[in-house]
Amino acid sequence: MMKTAVEFDKKNLLASGHRACGGCAQALACRMVLDAAGKNTIACVATGCLEVFSGPYPDPSWRIPFLHSLFENSAAVAAGVEVAYRALKKAPVNVLAMGGDGSTADIGFQCISGMFERGHNVLYVCYDNEAYMNTGVQRSSFTPFGAKTTTTPAGNRFHKKDLPQLAVVHGVPYVATATVDDYHDLQRKVKTALSIHGPKYLHVYAPCPLGWGHAGDMSIAISRLAKETCLFPVYEIKDGKLVSVVKIPVKKPVEEYLKVQGRFRHLFKKGVPTTEVELIQEIANQNIERFNL
Amino acid sequence: MLKQIEGSQAVADAVALCRPNVISAYPITPQTHIVEDLATIVAEGRLDTEFLNVESEFAAASVVLGASAAGARTYTATTSQGLLLMTEVLYCIAGMRLPIVLTCANRAISAPLSIWNDHQDSMSIRDSGWIQIHAENNQEAADLHFQAYKIAEKTFLPVMVCMDGFILTHAFEPVDIPDQDKVDDFLPAFRPRATVDPMYPRGLGLFADPRFYMEMRYIIHRAMEKSENTIKEVHEEFNKAFGRKSGGLLKTYKLENADVVIVAMGSVVGTIKDTIDLLEEKGKSVGLLQICSFRPFPRKQVYQLLKDKENIVVVEKALSLGRGGILGSDVRWSFPRTEQTDRKISNFVAGLGGRDITTDDLAAMVERVEKEHVEFDFLGLNRDLILERDL
Repeated sequence: MMKTAVEFDKKNLLASGHRACGGCAQALACRMVLDAAGKNTIACVATGCLEVFSGPYPDPSWRIPFLHSLFENSAAVAAGVEVAYRALKKAPVNVLAMGGDGSTADIGFQCISGMFERGHNVLYVCYDNEAYMNTGVQRSSFTPFGAKTTTTPAGNRFHKKDLPQLAVVHGVPYVATATVDDYHDLQRKVKTALSIHGPKYLHVYAPCPLGWGHAGDMSIAISRLAKETCLFPVYEIKDGKLVSVVKIPVKKPVEEYLKVQGRFRHLFKKGVPTTEVELIQEIANQNIERFNL
Repeated sequence: MLKQIEGSQAVADAVALCRPNVISAYPITPQTHIVEDLATIVAEGRLDTEFLNVESEFAAASVVLGASAAGARTYTATTSQGLLLMTEVLYCIAGMRLPIVLTCANRAISAPLSIWNDHQDSMSIRDSGWIQIHAENNQEAADLHFQAYKIAEKTFLPVMVCMDGFILTHAFEPVDIPDQDKVDDFLPAFRPRATVDPMYPRGLGLFADPRFYMEMRYIIHRAMEKSENTIKEVHEEFNKAFGRKSGGLLKTYKLENADVVIVAMGSVVGTIKDTIDLLEEKGKSVGLLQICSFRPFPRKQVYQLLKDKENIVVVEKALSLGRGGILGSDVRWSFPRTEQTDRKISNFVAGLGGRDITTDDLAAMVERVEKEHVEFDFLGLNRDLILERDL
């Protein structure tokens, strides 16, 4: 018998009814992550969209313990939870730290680096929507080259920081990237991560309809296009070795990805040199070579 | 057992006797000896705890926040720039009502860089919702930690034990370090109120919209005010259990018939007491009101003790730039508005950045306030160093 929406929702550890925008891939990704992690999990969440749409007093959407303190310290807070559980000799629990790209790549990077270096048994999940969305779409160091944000009105001139690689050089035993269009891949990666003792880093690509300028029902399609154009390689690195890559047999030109998003629309205006798009294609080409996509 | 030890060692021994589950810290002068001594205690197996060296004070405060939210008794220590770097987390800890204990080895703030003592660091976060208690000497510094955990875990407010950097942290004095049994009797095991636990899922640190925020801040304010009683009770329990007076809200010295009353806090009160004795020999009657609990500020008690005093002088190691004395303001505020205007309350800032405060300085200060009311001034300022063009 088919389950009703309410019955189905009862199983989700991030309950419905939260305040995320329609089509928010971060909300979707977080639900997938939690459902894969299971009930025996504590989530330490950074300030940002996720915390704001899911954690208002008095009605948070979390069916697992949720701990929020600041924007830039979720990794250190999670480290504290983990050592407390060890010190108090409590039954083992999955400790997750979560944040958006701003709290991960920019303001919270020091705490993440410390957590990695000390080897805490914590899974850090970054929901990457490639800008500061909660404050109104400002550039972060995960904003891709060429993207328009409210603080890069002419398009971002910098390249995306390669945090998965930074995690690898920290000696993090499990580093993976994932997208919301592949539910099974994402959930498998969460489960694999949690089966490994030590720090783990999972980078989830999370389209933001509001910030990227696309319809809410396009999040999954855009997520897939990011993979198919090779702009977001999906892979797994265990103990420093690349162990799996999602192969892209038919590689699409980056225009297909760029043209469906408002944040790249300026690249296709009259008078804008085509070198911009060529540069972005070059990023994809480098990914193809590097990961043998 | 009476031991001739460094102030930092006394604090480390006291903290270890409180059996914290998680300690996290980042080194900064003059706090270092405290955490080094604790690291040794842990390494030697004398304390079963998780000791975490982290990458910044910001992380140290965040780690103890997480650990406390998970139900652990926690400890950290810092000073000066480290305390400022922690500031964002410290406000959060108080707002989340996590009973964390922190030692602040009081030190000046940059710029200019100074590693020496004053109170500008802890003063800069006086409004954060942390209880702030100041130690006079190393015995009190040690004793305040036993009391700090008890106060914190009764009120669910974090407690900062302030002790003067170098003057106390690096001074060797005989200190009585009690037996473990005695401390265990005084300080029961920590019973957390709300923790992150998958058995009882709940959200900690939710955001509050304008319908709720003010009430939450009001509740913390009331808890801070009410913690005055807890500080008093714990102080009395401590006196009974250990047979000595340490901490509390306030202390006095030769106050009763004093013509001039000095108000101060921290280690300088030792020098003040010496000055009072020296002046007594010269026939002067000077008394002391020592503030132990700066936050909550025991306004009513301060008023009760000072209401009949004609000549009051507040000497403090902190300064609100562009405003003047901080402790001085609080003492003035303790008097009802009508009396305040008539009251002769002088205010001096002294000893910034480790400048010595001598008995001569203090005697000169008393002599001056006997002659005139000094709204606000600096004590021991070398005006020869200041060029006219800089003013």
